[in-house]
Amino acid sequence: MAGALDPKPRDWALALPLAAFFALFFIAPLGLLVAISFETERQMTGTLGLGQYAAFLSDGLNLAVLRDTLLVGAKATLLCLLFGYPLAWLCTKVSARWQAVLIFLVVLPIVTSVVVRTFAWIVILGRHGIVNETILALGLSAQPLKLLFSETGVVIVLAQVQMPLMVLPLITTLQRIDPNLESASRALGAGAWRTFFKVTLPLSLPGIIAGTILTYTACVTAFVTQSLIGGSRLLFMPMMIFQQAMDLQNWPFAAAVSVIFMVSVLLIVAMLVALSRSRAARLYG
Amino acid sequence: MLRDWQTLSFNAVFGLLSLISVIVLAGPTLVILILSFTGEEALHFPPASYSLRWYAALIDANELQAALWVSLKVAVISVSACVVLGVAAALGIARSEGTVARGLETLFLSPLILPALAFGFAALMLFSILGMRPSTLTLAIGHIVVCVPFVLRTTLASLAQLDPALLDASRSLGASRLHTFRTVTLPLISPGVASGAFIAFMASFDNVPVSLFLQDARTQVLPIYLWDIIQNQLDSRAASACGVIIIATVLMMVLMERVAGFSRFMK
Repeated sequence: MAGALDPKPRDWALALPLAAFFALFFIAPLGLLVAISFETERQMTGTLGLGQYAAFLSDGLNLAVLRDTLLVGAKATLLCLLFGYPLAWLCTKVSARWQAVLIFLVVLPIVTSVVVRTFAWIVILGRHGIVNETILALGLSAQPLKLLFSETGVVIVLAQVQMPLMVLPLITTLQRIDPNLESASRALGAGAWRTFFKVTLPLSLPGIIAGTILTYTACVTAFVTQSLIGGSRLLFMPMMIFQQAMDLQNWPFAAAVSVIFMVSVLLIVAMLVALSRSRAARLYG
Repeated sequence: MLRDWQTLSFNAVFGLLSLISVIVLAGPTLVILILSFTGEEALHFPPASYSLRWYAALIDANELQAALWVSLKVAVISVSACVVLGVAAALGIARSEGTVARGLETLFLSPLILPALAFGFAALMLFSILGMRPSTLTLAIGHIVVCVPFVLRTTLASLAQLDPALLDASRSLGASRLHTFRTVTLPLISPGVASGAFIAFMASFDNVPVSLFLQDARTQVLPIYLWDIIQNQLDSRAASACGVIIIATVLMMVLMERVAGFSRFMK
């Protein structure tokens, strides 16, 4: 920045303190995590091997937990997209004053405690909660629905808790789309739906991918929501890591589960990034 | 005719979906806020009567207050460190080009997408090998790692909007690099820094996955204490404690919006 007058090639040194901090307290622990995951004995005797990985991967129940975690995250992310996209679209169509109000409403949940928001859902979805009382009063069902401690409940609450992460990047992308493109499409005879699917939606893909990455990674690791809404009978990967590490004190196995979980999440993120690159290449060539 | 119908149905569907989103986004917070003023023993919505009894009950909730102090202390320590480390790193990254700077940026932002619980567990193992017992310090170190991305991101965003001509002008008028930083750069990026610090503070105050591994009985943090009582006994004081958190959050957010325009840094 001061480059024009006085090039200072050593400015990057300002990043060194944080780099040192990360080397010590971020990279080193993660390296240690990987190293301990190769310990074959629970007592960590120094015998290395792939025993813990084999133990996880050979048990169908463990694989089901991994699959459920990744699937619940995917469902919640899709729900976020379905409801978040129209909200982001609305934000770009209203006056500046209303836009500020809407963005305030979207941002508020991000800074409000996740514990608080999840607690609210327990009251709403419980046996005698608002949703069930309404359903019973309307005669839609004879018995209260089991929403708490069910996968449906977890998906709904995850979607609500993480939706801002989807909406904010979408607003940014939608605002950047030239409104003339939509007008041109409409002037050439395309209806509102066709214009949306042929013009707006493809152009907003970078925002969709960015939002999907943020929402998905937040949903699969949302320990508080998963455990409070899922209860003790629905087991997801974060809770499994916690139980193995703290309740059973089986560090090597917990480490292997953590590595498998992190690699799965990072693979999905990498796939999404690759998808956005290939689409961007096709669109903007 | 067909096109009118199309426009109408498109606006109806999108309008309805976004209306549901707005209600669903704001609803739960409102429900807890209303519920916190209940006059009843049990948490039932809508409350049959209203009172401040559960707020009054917070006054002698000693464990809850102890947890609040731990959380505030950890948040203040970690946010201070995040601001110093994060702003310096942002300046370094913004002023350099090339793969090293980009690589460092990716590294510093990666705690945002990496499962925080796995990091918390990894940090616990490192601290136990180093012989560090769980304490305010271990909590703060863990929180710095997961909160610094917020400060870094908002500071980088405001540095990107900084007009380099202003810095050149300051330097050519004879100001030293430090003086230029103090009188030109810092005032211009301070909304970004303040917004990042605010988000980092709330992220630390709310963190469960990292704190779970790095706290001990003496340093239980507020969100874990609340999580515990919500899961086990559904104490009505949980509602009034959440009410206090909601009111404080909204007030701070309005303040931050006024002084730093913080919601624009969230995009």
